[in-house]
Amino acid sequence: MLSKLARTASRSRVQQNLLLPSILLPQQPFQSSAVTSQQAAPAEDHIEVKVNGSPVQIPKGSTVMQACDAAGIDIPRFCYHPKLSIAGNCRMCLVEVEKSPKPVASCAMPAAPNMNIKTDTDLVKKAREGVMEFLLINHPLDCPICDQGGECDLQEQSMHFGSDRSRFTEMKRSVHDKNLGPLVKTVMTRCIHCTRCVRFATEVAGVQDLGMVGRGKDSEIGTYIDKLLTSELSGNVIDLCPVGALTSKPAAFTYRNWELKNTETIDVSDAQGTNTRVDSRGVEVMRILPRLNEDVNEEWLSDKGRFQYDGLKQQRLNVPLVKGPDGAFAPKRWPEALEAVAQGLQGIAGNEMRAIAGKLSDAESMVALKDLMNKLGCGNLTSEGGFPDLDADVRSNYVANTTIRGIEGADVILLIGTNPRIEAPVYNARIRKTWLEGTQIGLVGPEYDLTYPYTHLGEGPDALAAMLGGSDFFQKLQEAQHPAVVLGPGILSRPDRDTILQQVHELVEKAGVVKEDWNGYNILHDAASRVAALDLGFLPSARAQSAPKPKFVYLLGSDDYSEEDIPEDAFVVYQGTHGDRGAPRANVILPAAAYVEKEGTFVNFEGRTQRTKAAVPMVGDSREDWRIIRAVSEVVGRPLPYDTTDGVQKRLADVAPHLGKVDAVESPIWLNGEYNKAFAERAAKAAEAFQQPFSSSIKEFFMTDAISRSSQVMARCIQSRKTGHPKSATHPGAFGQDAAAHAAADM
Amino acid sequence: MLARGGGKRTLQQLRESVLRAYAAEAAPAAQPAAPQPPPPPERTHFGGLKDQDRIFTNLYGRHDPFIKGAEARGDWYRTKDLVVRGADWIVGEIKKSGLRGRGGAGFPSGLKWSFMPKVSDGRPSYLVVNADESEPGTCKDREIMRHDPHKLVEGCLVAGTAMRARAAYIYVRGEYYNERVALQQAVNEAYAKGYIGKNACGSGKDFDVVVHWGAGAYICGEETALIESLEGKQGKPRLKPPFPANVGLWGCPTTVTNVETVAVAPTILRRGPEWFAGFGRKNNHGTKLFCISGHVNQPVTVEEELGISMRELIEKHAGGVRGGWDNLLAVIPGGSSCPVLPKTVCDNVLMDFDALKEAQSGLGTAAVMVMDKSTDIVDAIARLAYFYKHESCGQCTPCREGSGWLADMMKRMVRGDARVEEIDMLYEVTKQIEGHTICALGDAAAWPVQGLIRHFRGEMEDRIGRASLAAEQIAA
Repeated sequence: MLSKLARTASRSRVQQNLLLPSILLPQQPFQSSAVTSQQAAPAEDHIEVKVNGSPVQIPKGSTVMQACDAAGIDIPRFCYHPKLSIAGNCRMCLVEVEKSPKPVASCAMPAAPNMNIKTDTDLVKKAREGVMEFLLINHPLDCPICDQGGECDLQEQSMHFGSDRSRFTEMKRSVHDKNLGPLVKTVMTRCIHCTRCVRFATEVAGVQDLGMVGRGKDSEIGTYIDKLLTSELSGNVIDLCPVGALTSKPAAFTYRNWELKNTETIDVSDAQGTNTRVDSRGVEVMRILPRLNEDVNEEWLSDKGRFQYDGLKQQRLNVPLVKGPDGAFAPKRWPEALEAVAQGLQGIAGNEMRAIAGKLSDAESMVALKDLMNKLGCGNLTSEGGFPDLDADVRSNYVANTTIRGIEGADVILLIGTNPRIEAPVYNARIRKTWLEGTQIGLVGPEYDLTYPYTHLGEGPDALAAMLGGSDFFQKLQEAQHPAVVLGPGILSRPDRDTILQQVHELVEKAGVVKEDWNGYNILHDAASRVAALDLGFLPSARAQSAPKPKFVYLLGSDDYSEEDIPEDAFVVYQGTHGDRGAPRANVILPAAAYVEKEGTFVNFEGRTQRTKAAVPMVGDSREDWRIIRAVSEVVGRPLPYDTTDGVQKRLADVAPHLGKVDAVESPIWLNGEYNKAFAERAAKAAEAFQQPFSSSIKEFFMTDAISRSSQVMARCIQSRKTGHPKSATHPGAFGQDAAAHAAADM
Repeated sequence: MLARGGGKRTLQQLRESVLRAYAAEAAPAAQPAAPQPPPPPERTHFGGLKDQDRIFTNLYGRHDPFIKGAEARGDWYRTKDLVVRGADWIVGEIKKSGLRGRGGAGFPSGLKWSFMPKVSDGRPSYLVVNADESEPGTCKDREIMRHDPHKLVEGCLVAGTAMRARAAYIYVRGEYYNERVALQQAVNEAYAKGYIGKNACGSGKDFDVVVHWGAGAYICGEETALIESLEGKQGKPRLKPPFPANVGLWGCPTTVTNVETVAVAPTILRRGPEWFAGFGRKNNHGTKLFCISGHVNQPVTVEEELGISMRELIEKHAGGVRGGWDNLLAVIPGGSSCPVLPKTVCDNVLMDFDALKEAQSGLGTAAVMVMDKSTDIVDAIARLAYFYKHESCGQCTPCREGSGWLADMMKRMVRGDARVEEIDMLYEVTKQIEGHTICALGDAAAWPVQGLIRHFRGEMEDRIGRASLAAEQIAA
């Protein structure tokens, strides 16, 4: 646990770094976080103020607005956002404070003991109505065609504070729309200049792309020059925008928000397990929004997780297909397809089979497949892009032990062979947050723009060795109270992994990264299924190493297998959602449900068990993954002992008890000493470290799995990133004449 | 001209008066408690400042503005003695003198300077001099920087000492090219002479002065916007609290003061606070630079005693209103942001902070803008409304949206293209802006329009009446 004192100290460091007074920094939430002390704050930390005559106890350092919130009094606001610095520019939150001649902006005014705050006076009412009128005079009356209509802060608050008619008879301001790229649509005339988007981009996303240009009535939010918003978190400005100035470009004019059904689920585009809300209409996913979860994603969602949903409608497998003797696929009914699988299995010994799980596989399907393969006598199970020979016996060895939220307590962070900006963008924002609070960051690996400055310590294993020999940064790690090490997934798939891990463990030991009340050893994963696969032991058995070439391969949504995993003559079953890479290679294709169409258990890289929920019905004839495997088991005569979701989830909990505890992180026991020894042995056996530099496991952020590869929006993102110009790929098929025509229209 | 004969007093006379002041300061305790002299009879008439009481003796540039001339005028004379007496002494003397900030708000300077931390927490303190003189009608700091820049540089050292500041930044308005050049020369000279820099004036204190050039935005004259601009950011006012005395330039304790306030400080200390406090009415002490412009025969910037009547000020120094006092329509007494005063008020009003506040206007920067009866007063105020619309930074809602609305409405008012009820609406809109913004620019945009409605509503209504009549005739 990080002491309160250390927390205060680090805060003051930020103030000096940023030269910002504490009041301008994002406010800490009231409830004590996982890293701050759990005990109730003593009374001397609190002050008493009066809100509308009734006394309220609030923590010291609170603002007037927080005092009002604590008193249960709603203060209207536009520019204030708890995760961003305080701008105080919308002036909607004006309240009256006794002895102050003017109304004060409650979001920015620190509450003082015995302050007498009034929110129900004529002065306050007039001030709010006045500000509302000013906001509305230049705001277009286009709510009927505005995508924000129905969930617009301005709309809502104007119902309370606005007049039923306008006395503004001048010309309304109109503003040229900006092109921020393929994701964020702008209607800048609607902008009320709250600067939430600017503050988000600058503070959280760490890109200096947005700003306010011009002055007075002519001021505009924009990028100054026509420029792409180059953040992996850019979609969040859509949620932050209190009006319809920034809306989703891919979803423009496709829905009214009151038509949507909300389903609270999680995102599987990376291993963060971002909590999301999938909004659907009928059978279609219309949009995906983040949900607030302070422990996982705060309020943010990566652009891939938010915008790849159009991939759910493209390239889908919707009927079982069986490859005929002519090599062409023919649609079949389920019994026929299952029969084909059973035929393919005929006469093949257990050790001649292999199962590969994909990036998006849920724990249910993996445990079912594992049970089935084991019953068939096969132990050759791998998780794609993973590390077949990694020891999964000790959980602390493959999860982020510090936890996602816990990383905020670190005072020195060493990143090894990772680019968190593309591997887990939301996690990267967390690291940036710690940097803002004064944490020092070092990187071993190729130089990336991580949105925060860091000490670059070298590119490859030699740099790691040099660090062990003693360097400035190593000393910082040693001296740090809460040092943390983050290893990227790229390291774990290197051939010299054991040697590197051994070095890292030596470093961890020497620098005291793991202490009595602090575990700073973190592995970052890039695939949603990875930790659950390791938890379930979806790994090759000891004998699998010496198994003959497989004749039967079961691909569980695996598209990123390596060529040598599937011999030319093998019989391949592909069970998955998209006609991506795996399906054409298969002999039998079994259509499965995507993550928004089923309930599935996933474990994020900190080891948190979470479940998706079905938001939309399954496509065509597709079925839930584990049910397909259950059916296969029936046909091949080795029926699995569970028939219901509850049953398979009970089985999950039997194999790995923490998979039964949804939304919880089980902190693993640190068995560093034992493992270090094991690594030492293996490292000695392994080939010596080859000096190739580390690299991130992800080459292209916007396309990492079957869904995102099928998404046109993601393709447009890649195109616009390549050219660096927002107009390059804004419209579907925007090349050649089309693009020129659109560009001309935009002029 | 009496007002312009600033240089008549000889150096010898000045030295003597200064030495007298020091002697009086040095040995007060030795004197046995003398019986209190009877209080002097209360003054009822102010103005007619004598030449020997002028602080700015080269206001008109008749003498050498630079080091030789400045030293001849008494600048830099035993500055060390002022500095070594320390911060508390200086602040005490300034408090006693009753000096109020000359930048517009009129906050007591001694009190403001005393807000700076007495003991540093590791951060240095800074003095920032606001030479971004952009208020329309104001040209007093310009004269100081052009013709008496050493007064300002010396003032920086003295005021900086009072604030325990390490350095002074002088933020000069973008348009003031010549002033910046002159000021930079004065700073260079002062460095060369050892008056500032390491061991400034031999006092053992290090003090640097940096001249910074703005880019010509009115809003950068607001103290926190000025700090932002100095830091290289957009000149947009910060939220207060925290106040600059706590978190200012680069996050360090900072006090932003006007050029004139700083420039008068050394003279006040030399001649004693009692001398300065001897001018003007209670709470409005001292002398002040008045910039008289508009429809007068001789526009002028002149140093006068606070509390002088407006009529005397205009007639004595500016050669009177064009066409005589009876041709006067209105006066804006303190720079464009102060509400306009009609002739009836101008006849008797005194020129100091409190008197003008009573008249529902303000002394502001003491930029007296005189308008005779040929003036289209509605158009004049409409132009000011346009100015504030143009200079609004756009950060906060009431000012960004409101100043534009005001300007648009005023444009119609000039033509009379409005309804009479809209005058009330206009007034209401100004009230909606006033007091609801981050900085005072919102107030400044609202006040001129309020002043117009308060005193010239009849004119506006007539105009609307005439215009609608004309419209009816055309329609018929």
